[in-house]
Amino acid sequence: MFRTWRQRVTFSDIMVWIIGLAIGVVVVWGTISTIQSGKYSAESWFDLIVKGLALGGVYALIAMGYTLVYGILRMINFAHSEVFMSGPVTAVFLANALAASGFLNKQPLLSILAIALLSMLVSMTVAILVERIAYRPLRNAPRLVPLITAIGASFFLQYTFRGFYGSGFQAYPTIDALAGSWKIGTVQLYKTQAVVIMAAIVLMFLLYAIVMWSKLGKAMRAVSEDREAAALMGIDADKIIVFTFALGGAAAGIGGILYILLFPIAHFYMGFIPGLKAFTAAVLGGIGNVPGAFLGSMVLGLIESLGPNLFLDGLGIPNASQLKDALAFIILVFILIFRPSGILGERTAQTKA
Amino acid sequence: MPMLEVNNIHTYYGNIHALKGVSLKVEQGEIVSLIGGNGAGKTTTLRTISGALKPREGNIIFEGEDLGKRKPHQIVHKGIAMVPEGRRIFARMTVMENLEMGAYIRKDKKKIAEDLEWVFELLPRLKERRKQVGGTLSGGEQQMLATARALMTRPRLLLMDEPSMGLAPVLVEAIFDTIVRINKEGTTLLLVEQNALMALSVANRGYVLETGDIVMHDTGEALKKNEKVQKAYLGVE
Ligand SMILES: Nc1ncnc2c1ncn2[C@@H]1O[C@H](COP(=O)(O)OP(=O)(O)O)[C@@H](O)[C@H]1O
Ligand SMILES: [Mg+2]
Repeated sequence: MFRTWRQRVTFSDIMVWIIGLAIGVVVVWGTISTIQSGKYSAESWFDLIVKGLALGGVYALIAMGYTLVYGILRMINFAHSEVFMSGPVTAVFLANALAASGFLNKQPLLSILAIALLSMLVSMTVAILVERIAYRPLRNAPRLVPLITAIGASFFLQYTFRGFYGSGFQAYPTIDALAGSWKIGTVQLYKTQAVVIMAAIVLMFLLYAIVMWSKLGKAMRAVSEDREAAALMGIDADKIIVFTFALGGAAAGIGGILYILLFPIAHFYMGFIPGLKAFTAAVLGGIGNVPGAFLGSMVLGLIESLGPNLFLDGLGIPNASQLKDALAFIILVFILIFRPSGILGERTAQTKA
Repeated sequence: MPMLEVNNIHTYYGNIHALKGVSLKVEQGEIVSLIGGNGAGKTTTLRTISGALKPREGNIIFEGEDLGKRKPHQIVHKGIAMVPEGRRIFARMTVMENLEMGAYIRKDKKKIAEDLEWVFELLPRLKERRKQVGGTLSGGEQQMLATARALMTRPRLLLMDEPSMGLAPVLVEAIFDTIVRINKEGTTLLLVEQNALMALSVANRGYVLETGDIVMHDTGEALKKNEKVQKAYLGVE
């Protein structure tokens, strides 16, 4: 049966297109006028791109937790931002002890590995406990129930860690080996940012390999496709769910230390904004999709870092870079309107979810 | 002692009383067919045996052990596999990965490799398609994959839920040939079918299920000749 285009296109479709077009025009216009103004040199663009990729790398590691858990439970684990926070707020004590003993700057690589390992273990443990205590008893409850529990767990964790460590800011010691930058031609490459980007890429590849090629990773994909059929293979879904939370928690814990390399201050509230951004990145890439989480994170990191200067500045908005968080969340709203399945997500994911 | 004994099970979906005291037996080495119309409770019976549903009354004894407290994944470890209704292959995973999931509970790499050769020999199409993603297979190939995947668990008892559903007649014959071969090579089978003629032709014994109740049971041959069965299930006037 054929319908005329008038019947197929609804009023809201037209509104959405008009809004989309308007945003496109504003972005292009802003970009052109920024570039014409010549306010930023090639070097400063390079800086912003590297910064964006480093941020994106951290988001990617956090986003893995959202995406893996969503894949298997069809649920957004809003406590994941606190899973992320729990690692670095704990590992700061080890970092300071290592710095006080002088070991940190004598053996920087070993020290960072030890700090990252501790952070990973703490985040992983918190993730496993959240699953066990908050979500497992509600496995068969209506979908809204675990969502509310997730928000409750998130607050619970924030205030628990505030109780443990106080509400103050804990500064991480600086690592001499990572201070400063390398000069490549006319551009500067900050050592921390370079390390974060490389580590994030290696770790994301490792996670991808685990999900695609390890036995548990395959079982995880089987359970997320069809839990009852997976049970017919003898796969214990509960075990696989624990593994999923552990993997996502471990990634977030290491991500926490990479985040600290960029912003060396830990506090009980530090998970909120990066968590929300990583969630945005996961949705942007197509939630439930591992390469999507990586792609979405890098795109978000770049938009956040380049966007304010690239298209907001050109529109004459003062201090545009202060709007970077707002920009990230505006993007979340727009993906949810235009393409809720994300960049790599299939359209059918909507009906399945 | 029968291999599988289902004793007077009552299974519910909420308030819906789907099985009203189903009893049946499967002896080692047999093919037993369970036939019945749409909604009779065939799938429910198999899902109760495989542990996805728990009976409110009655029990299921497999090789002398009560399966009552077992979870579905534990029942697979006991030696019961199922080819579920609608095949339920992992559509986003490759054929090979689907088969690896079938071997999930097994440790012996050498035996697994041998069984893989065996299922590829049984169902050669799968070998050609082994790198392909499950969702891109045809209906017949998906049925082969679901069967092969279940065989990879190395079951002693295989439950099959309407393997011929939605397949062209040629493929239906091929599926039943495979079923007979699987049985000859040592796997006991409990087969659920709406295609009663085929199911009774290959079966040692058969049960007829109507609205959650076993109304008849006999040898496959005898049921095929039974007037009531002919009228209701074989389309004979
Ligand atoms: N998930 C379910 N929820 C509620 N009722 C169900 C469900 N599955 C099956 N039933 C009901 O149980 C009865 C038996 O269904 P089923 O075992 O699927 O029959 P068959 O496989 O013989 O076609 C039917 O009346 C059906 O409507
Ligand atoms: Mg059925």
